[in-house]
Amino acid sequence: MASKHPISVTINGKNFEHEVEPRLLLADYIRHDVELTGTHVGCEHGVCGACTILMDGKAVRSCIMLAVQADGHEITTVEGLAESEEKLHPIQQAFWEAHGLQCGFCTPGILMTLVPYLQENKTPSEQDVREAISGNLCRCTGYQHIVDATLLAAKTMQAAK
Amino acid sequence: MKPAPFEYHAPDTLEEALELKAQHGDEGKALAGGQSLIPAMNFRVAQPTLLIDLNRIGELRYIRKNGVLHIGAMTQQSHAERDPLVAKHAPLLHEAIPNIAHPQIRNRGTIGGSLAHADPAAELPVVATALNTRFRAQSAKGDRWIEAKAFFAGLFTNSMQPDELLVGIAFPEMAERTGYAFVELARRHGDYAMAGLAALVTLNEEGTIKESRLVYLNVGDGPVDAVTACASLIGKKPGDAAFKEAAQIASQKDMEPFGNLHASADYQRHLSAVLTERALAKAYERVKAA
Ligand SMILES: Cc1cc2nc3c(=O)[nH]c(=O)nc-3n(C[C@H](O)[C@H](O)[C@H](O)COP(=O)(O)OP(=O)(O)OC[C@H]3O[C@@H](n4cnc5c(N)ncnc54)[C@H](O)[C@@H]3O)c2cc1C
Ligand code: FES
Ligand code: FES
Repeated sequence: MASKHPISVTINGKNFEHEVEPRLLLADYIRHDVELTGTHVGCEHGVCGACTILMDGKAVRSCIMLAVQADGHEITTVEGLAESEEKLHPIQQAFWEAHGLQCGFCTPGILMTLVPYLQENKTPSEQDVREAISGNLCRCTGYQHIVDATLLAAKTMQAAK
Repeated sequence: MKPAPFEYHAPDTLEEALELKAQHGDEGKALAGGQSLIPAMNFRVAQPTLLIDLNRIGELRYIRKNGVLHIGAMTQQSHAERDPLVAKHAPLLHEAIPNIAHPQIRNRGTIGGSLAHADPAAELPVVATALNTRFRAQSAKGDRWIEAKAFFAGLFTNSMQPDELLVGIAFPEMAERTGYAFVELARRHGDYAMAGLAALVTLNEEGTIKESRLVYLNVGDGPVDAVTACASLIGKKPGDAAFKEAAQIASQKDMEPFGNLHASADYQRHLSAVLTERALAKAYERVKAA
C-alpha cells in the first residue's frame, strides 16, 4: 500500500484538507471525498471533456490529474459558478434559455471549458465556438443548441458591461 | 479504470529530481503534464512504481532567447502557444502547437513531455526534427546535448539514459530566405492527425530552391524525414510542378505508413502527398512575402 499524502485544496472558495493515496484521480477526489458530484466522469482518459474543471483559472481535465497534484491550488467546479440558488452564471442562464443541454451529462465540462474561453474571447464566431468545444463530447444535442447558447452567453455578457 | 498503486515524489528542485532518478532509474518515471502518462496509467498500460512529479520545479519552466530560443522542458504547451518569442523565433513551432489536442490538454501538457514521449503521431517531434532542435539531457553526473535525429529512437522511445531527465530544448533560427509551414489533417479539430508534415523551403538569391525539409507524422515509427523528395527539389524553380513531383516521391519512396482504423496505408500516402503540395506552396508564399 502506497503511503498517503496530506493535501490542502481550495475548491469554490472553501478550503479542504485530506490525506490521499497518490493514485487517487482528482476527479474522484472531487466527487467522492469532497462530495461535489457536478463534475462528471465519462472516459477517464482525457477524451470526452466531462470532467473539465478550472485549476488556478485554467480549464483542465480532472480525470488525468492526481489529487495530490492539486495540493496548494485553487479549483473551481460547476457548483462554484452560480452566484446563488436563484441567480445562475450568465453562461448557465444562456444554456437554460437556448436549450444548450438535454441529459446534462456533458454540461458541467462544457460550462467549465467556456468560462475561461469567453473571458479571453468576448465576441467569438460560430466557427470559433465549435473549435472551443471540440474537446467536449455530447451524445444528445448534436451541438447546435450548445453553440447557440454559447453565442447567446457571449452577447449577454457583453451587454452587461 | 484507475491507476495501480505507486509511490509519489514531488521535488521542488531539479537537483532533488535528478537524485531520485539516480537512485531509481527507469523505475522512477517522470510525470510532466501527465496528459499521456496518466491515461496510460488509468488503462494500466503503464504501471510505474514511483512517480517523480516535475511540476513543482520552477527552474524547468522558461522561454528565453539566449543566442537561440530555449524552452524549459516543463513549459506548458498553452504557454508556448501564446509566447511572442516563440511566434517570432520559432514560427513553425507556433503554427504547430494549436494542432495538439484541445486547449484543456495543452493547459497541462508540456513541450518536454510531448518530445520525450516520442509518439509518431505527435506534432512536436516532427517540428523538432525539421528545425534540427537540440535536447539537453541531465543526470546527477552532468548534462549533454542530443541532436533531434539521435533523440527519437523509435516508437515511443527516446535515447536518454534511465538516470537522465530532459531539461531543455534549443530551437535554432531558420536559415535566411526560408519559408515554413505546418499542415495536417485530422477527422476532428484536436484529434491525432491522419497525416501531416512540417515543411521548410530555403531559396538561393536568384530564387531557385537551395534546400528543403519535409518531415511527416504518423507514417512510420517516428518523425519521417523525406530525404529523397528533398534532394529532388534542390536547384529547382519553386512552383506547382516541382512541388507535385516532390509530393509523389515523398509519399511513394520516403514513407512506410502502417495504416490505422481511420486511414489505410494507401490513404495516408495520398493525404501526405496532397498535404505536401499545400505545405510547400504555403512555405514558398511566405518566403516570397518576406
Ligand atoms: C485526448 C487527448 C488528445 C491528445 N491529442 C494529441 C495530439 O493531437 N497531438 C499530440 O502531440 N499529443 C496529443 N496528446 C498528448 C499530449 O500532447 C501530451 O501532453 C503529451 O504527449 C505528453 O506531454 P505531457 O507533458 O503531458 O507528458 P506526460 O504524460 O507527463 O509524460 C509523457 C512521457 O514522457 C516522459 N517525460 C515527460 N517529461 C519528461 C522529462 N522532462 N524528462 C524525461 N522524461 C519525461 C514521462 O515519463 C512519460 O513517459 C493528447 C492527449 C489527450 C489526453
Ligand atoms: S472523464 Fe475526463 S475527459 Fe473524459
Ligand atoms: S446533453 Fe447529454 S451528453 Fe450532452
